[in-house]
Amino acid sequence: MAGETRASLLRVAGLKKSFTTPQGRLAILKGVDLELDVGSSLALMGESGSGKSTLLHLIAGLDDADEGEIFLDDVAVTRLPDFGRAALRRETLAVVFQQFNLIPSLTIRANVAFQARLAGRLDPVWREELVGRLGLENLMERYPEQLSGGQQQRVAIARALAPRPRLLLADEPTGNLDEATADDFIKLTTEVVAATGCAFLMITHSKRLAARLERQVTLSSGVIKEL
Amino acid sequence: MTQAFWTFIALVSHWRRHPVNFGALFVGLAIATALWSGVQALNEHARASYDRAASIFGAGGARSIVPTRGGSVSQDLFVKLRLAGWKVSPVLEGTVRIHGKRFRLIGIEPVTLPREAGVAVVAGEGALGAFLKPPGRMIVTPETLRELSAAESVAIVIDGGKTLPPIEALAAALPGALVVDIGVAQAVLNRPEQISRLIFKEPPSAVAPPLATVAGDALRLVPPREEESDIRRLTESFHLNLTAFGLLACLVGFFIVHAAFGLAFEQRLAMVRTMRAVGVSARTLIVAMLGELALLALVAGSAGVGAGYLLAAALLPDMAASLDGLYGARVAGQLALDPMWWISGLGIAVIGSLVAAGGGLFKAFYLPVLMAAQPFAWRQVQQKFLWRRSVLGALGIAAFLVAHFYGKGLYAAFGMIAGLLLGAALLLPLLLDGVLRLGEKYASQPLAQWFWADCRQQLPGLSLALMALLLALSTNVGVGAMVEGFRKTFTQWLDERLVAEVYFEVAGNAETQQIEAWLEKRPEVSAILPMSKIKIRLGGWPVDIVGMKPHETYRNHFPMLSETGDAWGELQRGEGALVSEQLARRLDLALGSTLDVPAADGQWRVRIAGIFPDYGNPKGQLRIDIDRLMRLWPETPRMGYSLRTAPKAVPELIDALQTEFGQQISQISDQAAIKNLSMRIFERTFAVTAALNLLTLLVAGIALLANFLTLGNVRLAQLAPVWAVGVSRMRLAQLEFLRVLLLAAVTSAFALPLGLALAWQLVAVVNVQAFGWRLPFHVFPAQLGQTVALALLTAAAAAIWPIIRFVRITPAALAKVFANER
Repeated sequence: MAGETRASLLRVAGLKKSFTTPQGRLAILKGVDLELDVGSSLALMGESGSGKSTLLHLIAGLDDADEGEIFLDDVAVTRLPDFGRAALRRETLAVVFQQFNLIPSLTIRANVAFQARLAGRLDPVWREELVGRLGLENLMERYPEQLSGGQQQRVAIARALAPRPRLLLADEPTGNLDEATADDFIKLTTEVVAATGCAFLMITHSKRLAARLERQVTLSSGVIKEL
Repeated sequence: MTQAFWTFIALVSHWRRHPVNFGALFVGLAIATALWSGVQALNEHARASYDRAASIFGAGGARSIVPTRGGSVSQDLFVKLRLAGWKVSPVLEGTVRIHGKRFRLIGIEPVTLPREAGVAVVAGEGALGAFLKPPGRMIVTPETLRELSAAESVAIVIDGGKTLPPIEALAAALPGALVVDIGVAQAVLNRPEQISRLIFKEPPSAVAPPLATVAGDALRLVPPREEESDIRRLTESFHLNLTAFGLLACLVGFFIVHAAFGLAFEQRLAMVRTMRAVGVSARTLIVAMLGELALLALVAGSAGVGAGYLLAAALLPDMAASLDGLYGARVAGQLALDPMWWISGLGIAVIGSLVAAGGGLFKAFYLPVLMAAQPFAWRQVQQKFLWRRSVLGALGIAAFLVAHFYGKGLYAAFGMIAGLLLGAALLLPLLLDGVLRLGEKYASQPLAQWFWADCRQQLPGLSLALMALLLALSTNVGVGAMVEGFRKTFTQWLDERLVAEVYFEVAGNAETQQIEAWLEKRPEVSAILPMSKIKIRLGGWPVDIVGMKPHETYRNHFPMLSETGDAWGELQRGEGALVSEQLARRLDLALGSTLDVPAADGQWRVRIAGIFPDYGNPKGQLRIDIDRLMRLWPETPRMGYSLRTAPKAVPELIDALQTEFGQQISQISDQAAIKNLSMRIFERTFAVTAALNLLTLLVAGIALLANFLTLGNVRLAQLAPVWAVGVSRMRLAQLEFLRVLLLAAVTSAFALPLGLALAWQLVAVVNVQAFGWRLPFHVFPAQLGQTVALALLTAAAAAIWPIIRFVRITPAALAKVFANER
C-alpha cells in the first residue's frame, strides 16, 4: 500500500468526553485526534478503561461527545440528531461487538439480512457470497443460541458487511474467542473487508492480532499515540 | 417504511420464540377486554330494553294521561275526553301469571291508537281485522313466545283459568309484554270498563277544554320521558355497581398487560440495543413498537370482545332475573348489540394497551442507547419509580380521604373506593420491601440471608402482578363480606317480616268481602291481615302507599330501624306513618318529621312514627293504617292478604281457598315458598357479582403466572450461582416455592384490612347511596381465612409450573448460564 494515496474517510479532532463518578468528573478522552482513510485498517489498543469503547461509541454516534468533532465522509457526526446518526449507522458504517449482539428471535438468515434490509439495499448475490466466504451456508436456518461463539461472531460480521458499509467498527470482536478461532476470524474479516473496500477500525488487546492490520495506535491518558 | 417494517418483524419475532409470554399477554388483554365489554354489553342491552319499554307509549311524540292516584279509572272518562275534543286512545295495563311467571298484559284499542306509539304493533287491515275479531290476537315477541313455552296460534290459559287470544309473534313487539285488545284485557284482568292510561299524539282541538275541566284531578298528563327516567333512575345504581366491578376486573387485566409488556421490554433490551446500533432510530423503534402493540390489541381485543359477548350471554339470564325481581324491569333474553359496542370494545383494548404499555414506550424512547446495553437497565430505572409510585399511592389515599370527608353521591363513593384501592396497590411494593428488609435484617444463616435478599430483588419484577393480586383479593374480601353480611341481614329480615303463614293476592275488588267473610268463619285462621296499595309520587319519586292493619303480628315482629314510643298506636289512630329507610333518606325524613301526601281530597299531613328496613325494594314505601288508606283513597282495591294460622293447617287452608274462590285468587303461597322466592332473587342478584369476583381473581392468577414464566430465564441466571456453590436444585425449588408463598401471604395480609375497609365502604356508603339502605357491618373470620388460603392457592398454582420446569432442568443447562456469562 505504500505510496498509494487514499482519501480520508474518518477524521476525529480534539474529541473530549468525561463521565460523572462518585469521586467527581472523570475525563476519559482528553482531545483525541485520529484519521482513517478509505479502505484502510487500524487497530486501536490500550489498557482496560482507557476509553477505547467510548471512542468507538462516539464514532458510531451511540453517545454524545463533550467537545470536538467527528467527520465521516465529511459529515459531522457530532452535530447529527438521533435520526441522522441512526441513518449513518444503517447506511455508512457498521459495528461488531464483543458480545455478538445477534437478534435471538431471528434465524441466522434473517440476522444476516437485517441491517441491509433496514438500509434498503439487500443484495442477495452479495449476501450469498458473504455467507460462503464466512462458512455460514449450513447454519442459515438455525437460531443464534444454537451456534458457537466463533460462528456467532462470523454471523455478526456478515450482518455488518451485508449493506456494504464504508466503515466497519469492531469492539474487541475476538474477546470471547479462543486464539485459533480469533486468528481464523481476523483472517476472514480482513479478507472480506478488503474485498468490499471498506475501512476497518478494530479495538483489541492482542498485539498479535493488531499486527495483522495496516496501522496500530494506542489510546493512553485520553489521547491517541501511533505505535 | 422499510426500516419500520423490518424493525417490526424483528420485534414480533420475539413472541415466536417466547410463546408462553405471548400467551400471557394475549390472554391478559383478551380477558381485560372481555370483562369490560361483557359488562358493557349487559348494561347496553338492559338500557336498550328500558328504552324500548319506555317508548312503548311515548315514541314519536305520543303523550300519556294516567290516573293521578295510580291504578285505573272508569272508561267513561275516555268517552268524555273524546267528546270534548281530546283525540285519546285507551289502554289497560295489568299483570297476569302464566305457569307462575308474571307477564305484563297490555290492552289497546288499535283504531284510535296513534301510529307512532311503540305499542301500535298491529298494522295493516288484515292484521287489524284478526286482532279485533273474536277470538282476537295476542301479540308477543318471539322471545316471549319461547318464555311462554308456546307456539304461534295457540291460545294460552292463564293461572286462574281465563284464556288469552291465539298468539302472534312479532319481532317489533315489546319484550315480556302480551298485547291484546282492550276488551280482552278488561275481561282477563277482571277490570270491566276500566282503563289505566290514555294515549294521544295530536294536540286537543283549539276549542277543547283543559284536562282538569273534563276529568277533575282524576287524571294527570305524564311529563315527557318521566317513565323512562323512573326505570333508568331506579336501575342506575345496579348498572353503576356492575360497571364498577367490570372496570375493576378490566383494570386488573390491564395490570397483566402492563407487567407483561414491561417484562417483554426488559427481555428485549439486548435486541433493542442491537437494533439501535445497526441504525434503527428511536423514532422508528417507537413506531414499530406502537404498531406491534396496536396489532396485538386489535387481535387480542377482537378475541376479548367475542369472549365478552359470550360472557354477557352467559350472565344475561341472572341479570335479567335480578332486574325483574328487584325493579320489575323486563330485559329481552337475546343479546342484541349495536355495532358501536363492538367498536368501543376494540377501542378499550387499544387505548388500554397504549396506556398500560405507554409508560414503557415513553421510557424506551428516552432510554440512552448505551444504557440499554446494560442488563436490567429497565429494572434499575424501575427502582427509581418505586418512590414515585409510593407518592402516587399516597395521593390515591389522600383522594380517598378527600372524597370521604367532602364527597357526596354514588360517584364520590366509587371515587373513594378507587382512591383507596389504587392507593393501597401502589403502596404495596414499598410495604413488601419493608417486610422483606426486616426479614433480611434478622436472618443469620447465609442461605436465609440470600433468600430474603433474593425476594427483595424479585420485587420490582413481580410488583405489578402482586398489586393485581392485592386488588383481586381485597375485592374478594370486600364484596364477599358485603354479600355475606347482606345475606345474613336479609335472612333475618325475611324471618321477621314474613311471619304470617299464608299469603295471597286477589284478582279483583268485588269478591274481597266474600273472601273475608269466608275466612272469618274458618276456625283455623287466627288473624286476617288485608293489604291495599296505591301508587303516588313524592318528591319526584314513585312511592307505594301500603295500607296495613296494626295487628299484634306486626307490633311484635315487623322489623324497624327506629320508632317512636307509640308507633303502632299512632298508625292505628291515623296520625302516624311508617316510612321505608330508602324513602326516609331520599326525602330526608326522620322520626317525628311530617310529610304532606297528596290524597284524593287534598293534602294529608302525617307524622313519621317509624322507619323500617325494606331491602331489595327500589321504590319508596309509606305504610299507614288500611282504614285510613280506604278513607283517603276510597277507590283503592284490596291487593292481598296475610293469614295467621297453625303451620300444619296451611296446606289444607290453601286448598280450601283455591277450591272455594278459584280464579279470584291470583297468587297464593305459604311462608316457605315466599322466602324461597326472595332468597332466589337475592342469589341471582349477586350471581353476576360473584362471577366477576371469581374472574378477577383468575386474572390475577394469570398475571402471576405470566410474570413467573417471563422471569423464568432471568431466574435461571440468578439461581445458577447459588446452585454452583452447593445448594441442590430441589432445595432451590423449595425456596422458590416458599418465596412465592411468602409474597402471596404478605400480600393477602395487606389485602384483608383493605378488603374489610372496602366492605365497610360498600355497606355504609355505596349501598346507602345506590339503594338507600344501610346494612350492618359484619366480619366473617372463616371467609377471611378462606381468602388467605385462596391467595396462597392462586400463587402456588401460578408458580408450580415454572418451578417444575426448573427442577427438571439438566445440570448442563444450568452450567450453560456460566458459558454465556459476559
